Amino acid sequence: MAISKDTVKYVAHLARIRLKPEELDVFSVQLEEILKYMEKLNEAEVSHIPPTSHILSLKNVFRADQVRPSLDVDAVLENAPKKKDRQFSVPKVIA
Amino acid sequence: MSYECVIGLEVHAQLNTRTKAFCGCAVEFGKEPNSLTCPVCLGLPGSLPVLNQTAFEYAVKVALALGCQVQKNTKFDRKNYFYPDLPKNYQISQYDLPLSLKGSLEIESADKMKKIGITRVHLEEDAGKLIHLDDASLVDYNRAGTPLLEIVSEPDISSPLEAYDYLTVLKAILQYLGVSDCDMEKGTLRCDANISLRKTGVKTLGAKVELKNMNSFKAVKDALEYEIGRQTDLLSENKGIIQETRLWDAKKLATFSMRTKEEASDYRYFPEPDLPLFTIEDSLIEKIKGSLPELPREKSARFVKEYGLTEREVKLVIQDKDLADYFEACCKLYPKAKIINNWLIGAVSAEMNSRKLEIATLRLSAASLIELIKLVEDGSVSNLVAKDVLKEMLDSGKPAVSIIKEKGLAQISDTSQLEKIAGDVIKENGRSVQDFLAGKENALMFLVGQVMRKSGGKANPKVVQEILRGRLKNV
Amino acid sequence: MNLNQLTARQLQKKLDAKEIKPQEIISSLKQRLAESEEKVRAYVSGADFSSIPDEGLPVAIKDNICTKGLNTQCCSKILKDFKPPYDATVIKKIKEAGLSVQSAKTNMDEFAFGSSTENSFFGATHNPWDIERVPGGSSGGSAAAVAADEAIWALGSDTGGSIRQPASFCGVVGLKPTYGRVSRYGLIAFASSLDQIGPITKDVADSAWLAKIISGHDIQDATAVDIPVPDYTKALVKDVKGIKIGVPEEYFVEGLDEEVKEHILQAIELLKKLGATVKKVKLPHTQYALPVYYIIATAEASSNLARFDGVEYGFRTDSKGQSLIDMYEETRGEGFGSEAKRRIILGTYVLSHGYYEAYYLRAQKVRTLIKNDFDAVFKEFDCILTPTSPTPAFKIGEKAANPLNMYLSDIYTIPANLAGIPAISLPCGLTKKRLPVGLQILTKAFDEETLFRIAYTYEQNTSWHLEKPKL
Repeated sequence: MAISKDTVKYVAHLARIRLKPEELDVFSVQLEEILKYMEKLNEAEVSHIPPTSHILSLKNVFRADQVRPSLDVDAVLENAPKKKDRQFSVPKVIA
Repeated sequence: MSYECVIGLEVHAQLNTRTKAFCGCAVEFGKEPNSLTCPVCLGLPGSLPVLNQTAFEYAVKVALALGCQVQKNTKFDRKNYFYPDLPKNYQISQYDLPLSLKGSLEIESADKMKKIGITRVHLEEDAGKLIHLDDASLVDYNRAGTPLLEIVSEPDISSPLEAYDYLTVLKAILQYLGVSDCDMEKGTLRCDANISLRKTGVKTLGAKVELKNMNSFKAVKDALEYEIGRQTDLLSENKGIIQETRLWDAKKLATFSMRTKEEASDYRYFPEPDLPLFTIEDSLIEKIKGSLPELPREKSARFVKEYGLTEREVKLVIQDKDLADYFEACCKLYPKAKIINNWLIGAVSAEMNSRKLEIATLRLSAASLIELIKLVEDGSVSNLVAKDVLKEMLDSGKPAVSIIKEKGLAQISDTSQLEKIAGDVIKENGRSVQDFLAGKENALMFLVGQVMRKSGGKANPKVVQEILRGRLKNV
Repeated sequence: MNLNQLTARQLQKKLDAKEIKPQEIISSLKQRLAESEEKVRAYVSGADFSSIPDEGLPVAIKDNICTKGLNTQCCSKILKDFKPPYDATVIKKIKEAGLSVQSAKTNMDEFAFGSSTENSFFGATHNPWDIERVPGGSSGGSAAAVAADEAIWALGSDTGGSIRQPASFCGVVGLKPTYGRVSRYGLIAFASSLDQIGPITKDVADSAWLAKIISGHDIQDATAVDIPVPDYTKALVKDVKGIKIGVPEEYFVEGLDEEVKEHILQAIELLKKLGATVKKVKLPHTQYALPVYYIIATAEASSNLARFDGVEYGFRTDSKGQSLIDMYEETRGEGFGSEAKRRIILGTYVLSHGYYEAYYLRAQKVRTLIKNDFDAVFKEFDCILTPTSPTPAFKIGEKAANPLNMYLSDIYTIPANLAGIPAISLPCGLTKKRLPVGLQILTKAFDEETLFRIAYTYEQNTSWHLEKPKL
């Protein structure tokens, strides 16, 4: 399946990654090659095969509704690149 | 040209579990920002979710109460999108195997019963809260990870009033189940609406408009009404409807287009690998079914049967589970259900509304209300004055008897006092006396009213009537 | 021999007998680091080795396992200076067992994306056997540190071979436990349905010991299975009589280095001599493992790595873009390296509207076929033997330009992750250029005991694990 630069650009935007023009060039060539390799899967007969989303046959793993201590707010904010009023600060979200 | 509207509602209800959906942080309001967070609900690298069993069982409970088909196998999926209130930039939700499908909810709207289909009920996690400043937005993750139930209706709703009634019934059910506080103002219940118009009799639906940002049931109704008007105008001018999301502005009482996004959303759902699959065994369904409380419709039927009231009479009390319980507590103390019901939907509800309080927070015990009602019934205090006594009881916390005593509000049934006032009234209102004698019964009521006024509302109206009749016979 | 050259078990014996003090181990490690680290670069650059704790046998930790208050950066710019406010479950278990955690983390491919440890924001690690070659990856730092005797033992993580392939390239023992055996809580996720933490050690006995310490149920990881952990050290028995070994035809095809093949065949012969029975088996869907892996792993990674956005922690762009989207896109554009970007974009693509069925769903179905292949073989056989990697360590830069070529170096290790089964790589030879060759053993899920028994028997009848690189 051919993958155009526009597609790579669109997908990069979905993934919120800004690509430099030279990255865009290289990635579209490389991704096309990789996707071509993936096409090998089309040979496999899977029409009656269920998908495996979880390899374990585990079922119904729960935790009890019991309060556990939360983190200290200082620890929560320690790694924050930008904070204000004990909250994380981001560029204004235009609603 | 006439149009009919097709409405579907998507309700999100926060579950009132002790802890969040996937971690042990407490679910509470009004705490210091980011103080109810941990690596899991902050989405810190390396953290993993583990599902809260109570949240899951609450979801099953709601599904069963809404008559949904609870699915044997269910799983969680990741809904991927970037937003600062979403710490992992994906939301753990349910996509193609939600825990229940195909239920319904019966509403009484404009005196008709109607079944509204429920498409699905599923469990997901809530996002954090954003506060917008002039130059930045601030993020508080206390709410992030709170268990959230998504309840999607079929597009079976055909008027804003029906939408309002649907929400009222749904809220009552959730409250009866005790799984959610359902407070739209606090945001524990949220509702988005989809609406499209079509020419009457035509099957194909018009463009769908999604309405958001309504923070009360009334706002949902108002927004839908506004939208019907707006779309009808456009259609009658042969203009098209744009499929879009619009926000309700509660101040301007209008909907406004949310700036159209540059791309269609592509959520890239896939199964959440961190949460193994879930199987809902019949035994769990039976267990939960067995624990379901009496739901509004059942309670209504029982009230009709047990208390001899009509369905319409009990409707308001039934909508509020706490009020319904309160009603029953009152009936145990004083077996006059109709009088109690009138008090609850009348004076008591008025006080709840004006004070913005619930029956539980009003600080009015069933016993003290009954004490007041009894005083009215035995003629110690007039109905009119009793309403003021109730206000005073709520303000001061004092019992009715002492308020009546202190303020001298006791009803005057003493005939000698009343005879005197009645005599004065007859003298002063010759015209009405004439009317009465000419056979106009209404005139008597006017005269009774005059006596009441002169007595400062304290006169016993029954006694006044008797005295007046007696005196007028002799005129 | 210096203390730093001994295995953990040997050192523990000396400690128990009070022949040595823990500080002596530390000083011998520090001395070694001073000699060799400049050449090997096994640890994250700028790390301060003086802070190796003074008590308990120290364990070196891969940079993607959270250590409270200590830099945990996944060797990525985007997680620069990130200090988690919590310890991973494996770190807690290590401390509870009386071991100590080295504060200097080991180098890795950024977010474990790679097979050579060249994709680290902090620069490449070099193979102690030939410093012009890669140590393998992504746990190349852990493997090189153990091989160079710069660490007694280490933890790595394995999503498609990231423990076993570097163990093979560096001549040490690397175990990927059964999926669900070791808690992933605190392991910064690459592909959640494939990731497992495991030990990288100098011999099989140390591997069994460390595996026992880190394994077990965890209420904070819903996929960490609640079944008892056997004492793996009791499985260290020199006996393979009656053990049925399957050798899959599909692994001995074009692309397999002749010298590697020769050493594997010799290993098979030895096990036969020791009483095992060996038969050829078929794993017919092996050819699909690599495409399945790169679809599932990149899809999960694209979602797992979405959280690195400059809001709560890590790097945020300084660029002057004003909007939130600019902040996201610039931060992630600058913060992620090439391979990370490539994989995130690939993973986003295979999940995106219109492609999900063709790629992701199909890959999950073929994953079922691959698992079924193994189930069928393990009905008759106790284990499967294969090479760990088709080639010995390659030169730095050799495969950097061609991602697909690099991906192919994981072709023998990926199937175990897809099937969720345990697998170990242990030294089984040196090439003429004195590059280590790794033997891979796979067993059915939760049968680490058989794995250790066969590996131990082989190891105790050979001396490959005693070979040391000449640095």
